Amino acid sequence: MSVDLKLKKDELTALLDGEIDHHCARKLREEIDEAAEHIRPRRLILDFSGVNFMDSSGVGLILGRCRLMNLWKGRVTIRNVPEKLKRIVSLAGLSELCDLEEGVSVENETDE
Amino acid sequence: MKPTNEMHLRFLSVSSNEAFARTTVAAFASQLDPTVDELCDLRTAVSEAVTNCIVHGYRNTIGMVYIDCMIYEEHTIQVKIKDHGCGIEDVKQAMEPMFTTGGEERAGLGFAVMQSFTDRLKVRSKVGKGTTVVMEKDFSPRPRHHG
Repeated sequence: MSVDLKLKKDELTALLDGEIDHHCARKLREEIDEAAEHIRPRRLILDFSGVNFMDSSGVGLILGRCRLMNLWKGRVTIRNVPEKLKRIVSLAGLSELCDLEEGVSVENETDE
Repeated sequence: MKPTNEMHLRFLSVSSNEAFARTTVAAFASQLDPTVDELCDLRTAVSEAVTNCIVHGYRNTIGMVYIDCMIYEEHTIQVKIKDHGCGIEDVKQAMEPMFTTGGEERAGLGFAVMQSFTDRLKVRSKVGKGTTVVMEKDFSPRPRHHG
């Protein structure tokens, strides 16, 4: 599991990769929050294109970031959720708390 | 009914074993030739149950987690996941979606996922004794080649 953080204007993108479970959720949370709290972006994009497994710890990770972004009235976008993870995302009713986006290509350019 | 195959695991309730547990159960189940989706469902449900043992059952302590896997009639797998942790006071409440005692980073969806991703779920718990979760999943019959 790893996360690659990219900042473009006031949007912070977290490119997630691998498996998200309770074991690795803490490290991901710490890395994302450290950047987000420092930058206070208008939008935090969690990109799931590279995630091949996720249990409800991943849902907890998303919910926690929604709470964090709320502190400065920012929004969370969940991007490119793979087909097999859609059931768990819908089970949590996440579409009411954050924005869902699909088919957005992963950008390689950075603007730091 | 007698199982046609079985497998037993015991491991410490440390979080690095979550991936080990779900991967091992999925590897055992793969002899039933499940679809990719069915196997993914089983992996997710096992991950939830094992995480519960670690996060809730043993909380800040370390104990043993036990998994018994049974195969019945060549298409059903039963997975029993047990801890000797603190137990659940009110199982019905614990199984309600979004209920959690795990703090802000837990979604409270563990049992909801187990219920939705398997075909049958039973939870037995006794405060101070521990919790046992029994899940069963039926894999769709697929044409098999014998010989």
